[in-house]
Amino acid sequence: MNASIRTKLELRREAAPLAVFRILFGLMMLFSIIRFWYHGWIESLYLEPGFHFSYYGFEWVKPLGVYTYLLFLVCALSALAIAVGYKYRWAVIIFFLSFTYIELMDKTTYLNHYYFISVLSLLMIFLPLHTYFSIDAWKNPAKAYQRVPSWPVLTLRLLLGIVYFYAGLAKLNSDWMLEAMPLKIWLPSKFDIPMIGGLLGQEWVQYAFSWTGALFDLAVPFLLLNKRTRVPAFIVLVVFHVLTRVLFPIGMFPYIMIVSALIFFPASVHHRILEFISRLTGILKKRFDNGRTLVNKYGPAHKLRTTFLLLFFGFQLLFPWRYLLYPGELFWTEEGYRFSWRVMLMEKSGYAQFKVVDEESGKWVYVDNSEFLTPFQEKQMSFQPDFILEFAHFLEEHYEEMGWNNVGVYVDSRVALNGRLSKPFIDPGADLTQYEDSFKPKTWILPFHDTIKGL
Amino acid sequence: MKRRPMKRIILSLTILLTIWACSSDATGDPQVDPKPTPVSFERSEMLENWADNIILPSYRDFNTRLNAMNTVFVDFKANPSEDQLQKLRDAWLDAYIGWQAVAMFEIGPAESVGYRLGMNTYPTDVTTLEQHLASGSYDLTLPANRDVKGFPALDYLINGLATSDSQIVARYQGDQQQAHFDYIDAVLEDMQTLTSDVIQGWEGGFRDAFVANDGASATASTDRMVNDFIFYYEKHLRAGKMGIPLGVFTGSKAPQTLEAYYRASVGKELFLAAMVAVQDFFNGKHYGKSAYGKSLSSYLQDLNSLKDGAALDEIINEQLDLAMTEVTSLGDFRSEIENNDPPRAMLLAYDEVQRVVPLFKVDMVSAMSISVDFVDADGD
Repeated sequence: MNASIRTKLELRREAAPLAVFRILFGLMMLFSIIRFWYHGWIESLYLEPGFHFSYYGFEWVKPLGVYTYLLFLVCALSALAIAVGYKYRWAVIIFFLSFTYIELMDKTTYLNHYYFISVLSLLMIFLPLHTYFSIDAWKNPAKAYQRVPSWPVLTLRLLLGIVYFYAGLAKLNSDWMLEAMPLKIWLPSKFDIPMIGGLLGQEWVQYAFSWTGALFDLAVPFLLLNKRTRVPAFIVLVVFHVLTRVLFPIGMFPYIMIVSALIFFPASVHHRILEFISRLTGILKKRFDNGRTLVNKYGPAHKLRTTFLLLFFGFQLLFPWRYLLYPGELFWTEEGYRFSWRVMLMEKSGYAQFKVVDEESGKWVYVDNSEFLTPFQEKQMSFQPDFILEFAHFLEEHYEEMGWNNVGVYVDSRVALNGRLSKPFIDPGADLTQYEDSFKPKTWILPFHDTIKGL
Repeated sequence: MKRRPMKRIILSLTILLTIWACSSDATGDPQVDPKPTPVSFERSEMLENWADNIILPSYRDFNTRLNAMNTVFVDFKANPSEDQLQKLRDAWLDAYIGWQAVAMFEIGPAESVGYRLGMNTYPTDVTTLEQHLASGSYDLTLPANRDVKGFPALDYLINGLATSDSQIVARYQGDQQQAHFDYIDAVLEDMQTLTSDVIQGWEGGFRDAFVANDGASATASTDRMVNDFIFYYEKHLRAGKMGIPLGVFTGSKAPQTLEAYYRASVGKELFLAAMVAVQDFFNGKHYGKSAYGKSLSSYLQDLNSLKDGAALDEIINEQLDLAMTEVTSLGDFRSEIENNDPPRAMLLAYDEVQRVVPLFKVDMVSAMSISVDFVDADGD
């Protein structure tokens, strides 16, 4: 490693930003899970459906029946343990595993910000976020450090920077920039928002939102890094996220991003936050100000961590580009779409009418999707090819169990994307039971017959 | 010293945001706009049109037809002849056609009384119905009795009791006369009660609540109405009146599940009446008049003018027209299904009826950004 980079990574820093990050992250997660539970989503998303859509390679991850509640409880408790810094390393490992398991149970609920939480908590396993203002540090002064090397803060900033910057890159396409799509569809329907509602139907506003959004995502990591632009950038960030919260049903995500962005501020800000918490709770902050510095030890643990971090960020930087390996339009086929910080880019909806055929007797039926899927699952299924294929295989099994022979499953489907009229989506002549899911291009998706230029 | 420029930036940013947030159309933007008419996305006008010019007039008209049927039945009781039976059938059909115009509005009062299921659950359960006739003890308000009342029960009672009209009339003349009269009276009374409950519900507050709830969310009137409308088209019109009797979901045809099964010649007429009602609602046509008001179709036109897209409202109307043409050219539904194996012509007509579903469900919903009342969950 270059010597000057090494010095930079090992530069001593106050641990306060890490403590603030840990506390707020833990509380946010705890609150998210309570909110999820409170809305009855555990029941409606994981227990009620009789069928679940799995991620490729994770078919074994399924809801645990009534124990799913236990899983959420474990996840909530580990989030609390992270917040207070109690047995931090274990807490964050358990949180990462339970949270990721929850997300893998059904891909119907895929959200970029859930993926962000999984990725972030994986990273946090390797970061010393508990050396300051934590129960761990309180109980064991030998492991309490007021100062830590730079790299933990820098890796958090890097991950956040990637999220924003890649989300910005993903907006650089003709639909978003030249057609103001899908905001042109979404914004007018929000006419009932106080104050700005009337403006949202105006074309220039839709373009302004699109362009500002792209510019904001691309620029904000750099503006936050720069001392002179940091405060205005943060204000814009707050306005931006609050606005997205008002306009769209995106739950906790805006708050999580606002809180996370505090990591770009200098330690003095975080000390003030901790003093505030200290006053609120009566926890003596002085006890942690021991002047001790955590120094990197160059053992196997260090090596493991360095290897992990290199692999982790290599993956983060490269994985979103995998879509380039697929033919066809990314927005249409969605091959390589997920896990790439493509946020709010598409107004896409579809309709899928499955036809199950007994190839021996020629008997056939149309499937009533709602017999097997919740409305939410049906909605998500109808425009995503991997969902359609998985459901087709489910139907094959179902009808074989009913005594049908040599079952063929065909789908008549239409999909509308970003204001275009709906078009046939899947080859209606393709017997979907003949295809298995894989990372290879899906040949049974019909061509898009349009171009969306850009990244 | 260094802090000052930043403060200025924050200040100007705040001012800019405030101006931007507070400015409205009224500030007289001198900007040259090539589009002549400002596009309005306010939904209250459309809701008013729906409530005052479509929903309430169709309910009232249906109620009139229902009362007329009741009057004819009083005549029939006085003189249960084949002639009077024919008049009763005409009145029944007239009311049934009127029903097709209100069946889709399962919202508000209709939803809370379970109007659609109470009025028109078919096929009717003949065994239970005959038991009720024999025992004389029944409570039609019970949910369990939904399939022995309403139009389908009347269908059986005036068209299906026997194979010939003289035999049917005979049942209203013999010693079972009073039991039969009582049952039809109970059915009619139940239908009238449900209908007046619904109308009173609309007049007594729901109309205003419906129009006032003019926002955009899964619980707003527009979104709920559109969801109900599409659900009705897909499940009741397409599947109920055609798909299920054709057996497209089970693989075996089931003509006995047809609407108005015992009077096979009118099933198609009822279907077409329902299609016309759907199309008129879509286009905002005032009920029983030739005037048009704000509607889904005019909303789509506004959106089209904004994004220079294809004319979705025209595409939907053309597909509805095509579906109706195809259905019109069929024979009556019962013979189409019973005499053809497979009932190819009717299956082809069904396909055209089916083609409207994605246009509503995908294109229209997507264009209007209707919140579909799926699970309330986060998006990103």
